[in-house]
Amino acid sequence: MSESDSNYWKENIRLLKILLSIWFVVSFLMSVIFVDQLDTIRIGGFKLGFWMAQQGSVYVYVILIFVYLKMMDRLDHKYHHEEKDILSEESSDELNNTQS
Amino acid sequence: MSLQVLTYIFVGLSFAVYIGIAIWSRATSTKEFYIAGAHVSPLANGLATAADWMSAASFISMAGIVSFMGRDGSVYLMGWTGGYVLLALMIAPYLRDFGKFTVPDFIGDRYYSQLARMVAVVCAIFVSFTYVAGQMRGVGVVFSRFLEVDINMGVFIGMGIVFFYAVLGGMKGITYTQVAQYCVLIFAYMVPAVFISILMTGQFIPQLGFGSEMTDALGGGYVLDRLDGLHEELGFSAYTSGDRATIDVLFITAALIMGTAGLPHVIIRFFTVPSVRAARKSAGYALLFIAILYTTAPAIAAFARTNLLNTVTNANYETMPEWFRTWENINLISFEDKNGDGLIQYVADPEVNELTVDRDIIVLANPEIAGLPNWVIALVAAGGLAAALSTAAGLLLVISTSISHDLLKRNLMPGISEKQELKFARIAIFFAVCIAGYFGINPPGFVAQVVAFAFGLAASSFFPAIVMGIFSTRMNKEGAVSGMIAGIVFTASYIIYFKFINPAADVSTNWWLGVSPEGIGTVGMLINFALALLVCRYTAEPPQDVKDMVLDIRIPGKPGS
Repeated sequence: MSESDSNYWKENIRLLKILLSIWFVVSFLMSVIFVDQLDTIRIGGFKLGFWMAQQGSVYVYVILIFVYLKMMDRLDHKYHHEEKDILSEESSDELNNTQS
Repeated sequence: MSLQVLTYIFVGLSFAVYIGIAIWSRATSTKEFYIAGAHVSPLANGLATAADWMSAASFISMAGIVSFMGRDGSVYLMGWTGGYVLLALMIAPYLRDFGKFTVPDFIGDRYYSQLARMVAVVCAIFVSFTYVAGQMRGVGVVFSRFLEVDINMGVFIGMGIVFFYAVLGGMKGITYTQVAQYCVLIFAYMVPAVFISILMTGQFIPQLGFGSEMTDALGGGYVLDRLDGLHEELGFSAYTSGDRATIDVLFITAALIMGTAGLPHVIIRFFTVPSVRAARKSAGYALLFIAILYTTAPAIAAFARTNLLNTVTNANYETMPEWFRTWENINLISFEDKNGDGLIQYVADPEVNELTVDRDIIVLANPEIAGLPNWVIALVAAGGLAAALSTAAGLLLVISTSISHDLLKRNLMPGISEKQELKFARIAIFFAVCIAGYFGINPPGFVAQVVAFAFGLAASSFFPAIVMGIFSTRMNKEGAVSGMIAGIVFTASYIIYFKFINPAADVSTNWWLGVSPEGIGTVGMLINFALALLVCRYTAEPPQDVKDMVLDIRIPGKPGS
């Protein structure tokens, strides 16, 4: 593994740690373990803990994946993996076109 | 037009679309049959994954479960969505880069072991059959209720349709029919939800509606406050609070999440896109499309619960509306006038309670209960069928590839040509459809129980093996195989004991650490991780070419060896 590859992997792991920590806090702490404490806060007709468990957590999941997508695009760009990826896509396209 | 005619039109039109797509997207190579030639765009794959994932259980049963369980129902909402974060961040991009056809492919190659491959094949087939039986049953129920054909006839028609596009088009046919099926099912789910939200709160977004105030005609006040009040009057615990122990909720949620991330029919969908970036992106789209239904479900749950309690509580049995009779006729509602006063007492105390309502009614009868027009009800029938058929097709493909590719090509008969492999794949899918149909017609009594099995096994076998295979270069076959076997044996024994050998003992006081069989997959997963890491410390490192492969799949664009 080249130095550039191993740096790419380290940055990727750091990003995963951050995003998965948010994922853990939202899923298990806010929506399960501390749900009753959060329920003392009200937003409109919702108790906050109940809302996190039935709505908020799912929204956060969607946001997390799109943030990951964006950050990885940036990382791929920084380490020039983006170009390789597009090239391999095109070459496989050509391969398949000639086959069919 | 009558409800039945409308239903025939809606269902018939949707079926015609599926068949048309099947003819248009025939598969000619194993690559097309197994992974749609890896040519599916991220958006199309996101739509297909969402339809693949959302089964008859999600469409028909989930809102009902939440409606009857209140806050405790959240385990399904989070459990069946949270796994996509793990899929997108820890599994899908790397397995896409690995670039083969199946999950056992990865397990077998990464752990350089036919034993590991076989353990994965057996798990994949078992998990998929468990799941598919429920889908065929869902098809039968929708047919018998809305088209008034015999339930067996309904299963046969469903089998015929799935057989047609799965055998002809393989993954390619399945993918594009799933795209159409997503559109049908989400439209069918949202229309009644929006209608009911407007009727009850004047708010047309259901996700906001169930946190709003009810219209003045209905007496005002927040929906959930009203519901909590009604619950208290009738002796139920408040809708927005939970009955289950926190530790159990925690373990069930985790088991469903890890199970989702380890289910082969979901993972293989990410093999169908052209690049690593496309795999990440389609995971995002998939969850977005799933979230539309999953955040609407709790709104439907709360509205339907309020409607139901308002309609039946202390009402005269003789004056019940027509839908009550219809569902009573097929035994999804039953009333027993225990105190002989002619009124319906629907309360928490089982001694006094007179009404039993099946949870599946919540979605299927919701439009009728809310008095929505017939075309909405017909739409729900087409949507339920789309949900069941799309998931069934995805599962059948996993079974077929497990047999033709993992078992025959990669193990027993490595010499077969691509043409022969493709033929075996089609034969395997034919038998899989027949077996699934058999279970649909003669449903084993344990369908509901085995769902815990499917998720528990996926969580305790695939999830740790895949994650360690990507994130550790040191993990070897001894570690992975012993971890998988220990995880499966532990999880399966616990579930079999409480669900089959001694069901009477299945109460919280007997559970180990207070963890129910539904949540035990989490413990199995932890055992898998712990044992694998321990064994791998004391056994030989994996060969260099395997280590290189792991390093390669971490970097986009470098195909695995």
